[in-house]
Amino acid sequence: MSEHGPAGGVPEDSAMAPTGMGGAMDLAAEEGASLEKRPGPDGTGPEAKPRSLWSDAWRDLRRNPVFLISALIILFLVVISLWPSLIASRDPLDCDLANAQKGSAPGHPFGFDGQGCDVYTRTVYGARASVTVGVCATLGVALLGSVLGGLAGFFGGFWDAILSRVTDIFFAIPVVLGGLVLLSVVTSSTVWPVIGFIVLLGWPQISRIARGAVITAKQNDYVQAARALGASNSRMLLRHITPNAVAPVIVVATIALGTYIALEATLSYLGVGLKPPTVSWGIDISSASQIIRTAPHALLWPAGALAITVLAFIMLGDAVRDALDPKLR
Amino acid sequence: MGRYVIRRLLQMIPVFIGATLLIFLMVNVMGDPIAGLCGDRQCDPATAAQLRKEFGLDKPVWQQYLTYMGNVFTGDLGTAFNGQQVTELMADSWPITARLTLIAILIELVVGITLGVVTGLRRGRPVDTGVLLATLVVISIPTFVTGLLLQLLLGVKWGWIKPAVSTDAEFSELLVPGLVLASLSLAYVTRLTRTSIAENRRADYIRTAIAKGVPRRRVVVRHLLRNSLIPVVTFIGTDIGALMGGAIVTERIFNIHGVGYQLYQGILRQNTQTVVGFVTVLVLVFLVANLLVDLLYAVLDPRIRYV
Amino acid sequence: MLLEVRDLQVQFRMREGISRAVNGVSYAVDKGETLAVLGESGSGKSVTAQAVMGILDSPPGRITGGEILFQGENLLTMPEKKRRTVRGAQMAMIFQDALSSLNPVLSVGDQLGEMFVVHRGMSKKDARARAVELMDRVRIPAAKERVRQYPHQFSGGMRQRIMIAMALALEPALIIADEPTTALDVTVQAQVMELLAELQRELRMGLILITHDLGVVADVADRIAVMYAGRIVESAPVHDIYRAPAHPYTKGLLESIPRLDQKGQELYAIKGLPPNLMHIPPGCAFHPRCPRAQEVCVREEPPLHRVSAGRGSACHFWKETLDDAAR
Repeated sequence: MSEHGPAGGVPEDSAMAPTGMGGAMDLAAEEGASLEKRPGPDGTGPEAKPRSLWSDAWRDLRRNPVFLISALIILFLVVISLWPSLIASRDPLDCDLANAQKGSAPGHPFGFDGQGCDVYTRTVYGARASVTVGVCATLGVALLGSVLGGLAGFFGGFWDAILSRVTDIFFAIPVVLGGLVLLSVVTSSTVWPVIGFIVLLGWPQISRIARGAVITAKQNDYVQAARALGASNSRMLLRHITPNAVAPVIVVATIALGTYIALEATLSYLGVGLKPPTVSWGIDISSASQIIRTAPHALLWPAGALAITVLAFIMLGDAVRDALDPKLR
Repeated sequence: MGRYVIRRLLQMIPVFIGATLLIFLMVNVMGDPIAGLCGDRQCDPATAAQLRKEFGLDKPVWQQYLTYMGNVFTGDLGTAFNGQQVTELMADSWPITARLTLIAILIELVVGITLGVVTGLRRGRPVDTGVLLATLVVISIPTFVTGLLLQLLLGVKWGWIKPAVSTDAEFSELLVPGLVLASLSLAYVTRLTRTSIAENRRADYIRTAIAKGVPRRRVVVRHLLRNSLIPVVTFIGTDIGALMGGAIVTERIFNIHGVGYQLYQGILRQNTQTVVGFVTVLVLVFLVANLLVDLLYAVLDPRIRYV
Repeated sequence: MLLEVRDLQVQFRMREGISRAVNGVSYAVDKGETLAVLGESGSGKSVTAQAVMGILDSPPGRITGGEILFQGENLLTMPEKKRRTVRGAQMAMIFQDALSSLNPVLSVGDQLGEMFVVHRGMSKKDARARAVELMDRVRIPAAKERVRQYPHQFSGGMRQRIMIAMALALEPALIIADEPTTALDVTVQAQVMELLAELQRELRMGLILITHDLGVVADVADRIAVMYAGRIVESAPVHDIYRAPAHPYTKGLLESIPRLDQKGQELYAIKGLPPNLMHIPPGCAFHPRCPRAQEVCVREEPPLHRVSAGRGSACHFWKETLDDAAR
């Protein structure tokens, strides 16, 4: 416990986070770092370890109420974002200004917003944008981040140093600020610019985790042994290192998914995220904030839906981390 | 120690250049800075060309960047399109944001560490579970929603505070906005302190302190807290940069005319010079804050040697 | 008597069940006397000491019976406030691993001085001066300069000297040393042990030396208490035990020390593993590992038989064991 100093800058487990997703991403980074320290396998052979880790984790998860509840919420969200008409029969864009800001009425349990749109219908339809952004952005970030971080960690040397500096640069720019600059000139009303932006600024976080995990896995005895026996680089990466490095990335990515949904809403609130006619909780919260004195219900329902969604993904990530981290057993 | 500081300062240079260049490119490549000047109507081509020349926008981007950086080092952060010096805008807005950030950090420190210590010492008890759940809720609700809700409840419903902050932005007016800005990090500081305290309280040196007959209070404050705060301080230090960025959202909610407000306005109006100027200073603050934290780290933990 | 432990019982309540760490231990130490407590890890020797000091991890640890009399007063019924003034000032403890037992972020001067600040209400400056004196006393060179340094800047032996200095700070009547030399190099072990013994003689303190190292015991101890599964199985003056053990477990321990005169012979090892404290074997806890075990050992728990004056053995066949050893 001696020279654990900041020789290489700020210690990894307190990785600095970009603004906005800020804290939440920190949590992810912090948890991810603890996963990296996962002790290596104890001579059970390269194949046995990952399989038992995953099946153990699955057995733990099935009995964890936190996991079951958050998984149910997420399943529900996915279903209604695919088929919103299952539980909402109206059209979210069918609005009547005569109803503007009215409270709940028969057939309109959540009341109406400032444009006279049905808040219930819009809250249901808003799930689609959030889930799409969350899932697509997370897939993109995880893919880009783990490939870059994994390769840098595996090969080390020059490109690794370059990657470290580049991630430092990205960490120095507050995310919300970057979003404002990049997205303020976008006129498209689809979800793709927002997803692209999150991937562009989110990958360094995952790449750090993946890099650390690969470096740890590389030092495992059996990987060293495989190298000594002349295994090729690609074979080592695919067969020995990837299975061990995947767990921390999955954990961090799950928690990050929740924070990306929050980020999309924040950007939409600032007027640079999704744009009408896309239906999104962020847009609805933003427009409802203008009439917060007279019709607070128009803000509370989409805000509540947003919070529950983010909470569900963070809890899921927490549960997955607990299950995958053998230290806690 | 001196050599370490110099080494870190040198390391900061590429990050500083990279980050400012990135923002410079984003602003210049993605948008048309002149478009914002003529308002909603299309710019007259002759005026546009003249304006471009005046602001040096007809030159290649790399040359613009070099000129700009050259100016930065002489203390000139450029002129906003309305003729106001960017440094002037900063002089008005920085103190406000600095005050807001300071309040946020104080809240993180005092409330976060207290809650963390209380829960860390009572792990598994009702207090602990309650606070842990509360932090999870805070983490799940995006900051702008927390802000709007507090504004609604405290400002509109109960009338405890004014919903919008005046242009003076007095200390007392900034308390609630500061709390909103701090909320997310507050939840993290609480969790981090809790974990750290719970881990350290079983440490051998704590047992030694008890065996020495040191009173419980002194054991907690002098022996336990000092060791447990090391990761927390690191977090708060790196958080300073994030807080200043998060100010964009908070300042918009409460209509505070600080750095975030200026940046937001600058971006909406495509005011290149303002945006780049403010970001340059933000990046500098972030880097310096990180360096200070590293040095503070050594004060807290004598085991660290600078190499 | 300075310290008398009577029928002490300690349990740890875990999720998996109740672990019976100490099951009716009695021992006594007088002024200027050294009692060595011997046993494998898990025998309850450290837990007993922690109970005496009042630093048991609680929960999960719990004292479920017995008394601890210190200078005639029962520590277990004493209010915590008064108990705290006893801890450190009248009885002190030296731990095994000085590096982890000293606070890494406070200078050794601060940690030594804290004894005087807390118990004597001294100013920080006076306490610092006393810290230097203490470091001189345990023969740490350049004490005046080194008082500002931090634990990690000292060698293992020097760190253990600081632990000793801290324990001696207020000249307590009793010192408990829990494996004080185990973590040290062999060459340093002897020096540190010698220092401790010397200071103990000088200050006429009672010393409880917890160890599993029989070599150390022979030189410094007056009496030995051998523990197994939370009980004392043999208690005797040191010479009696070395001459002829009256318990098969003690015998096993003695025979497992490598000896020069038996070079080339196979080293003796007690077969089997120490018992699981959640499921201590019935009767004599040692019977599954005992070469002399009979049917009675499974059925009946042996009491501490009186072997001679000041000597006892908890073995049904203590006579036979003693005769064997004498032969």
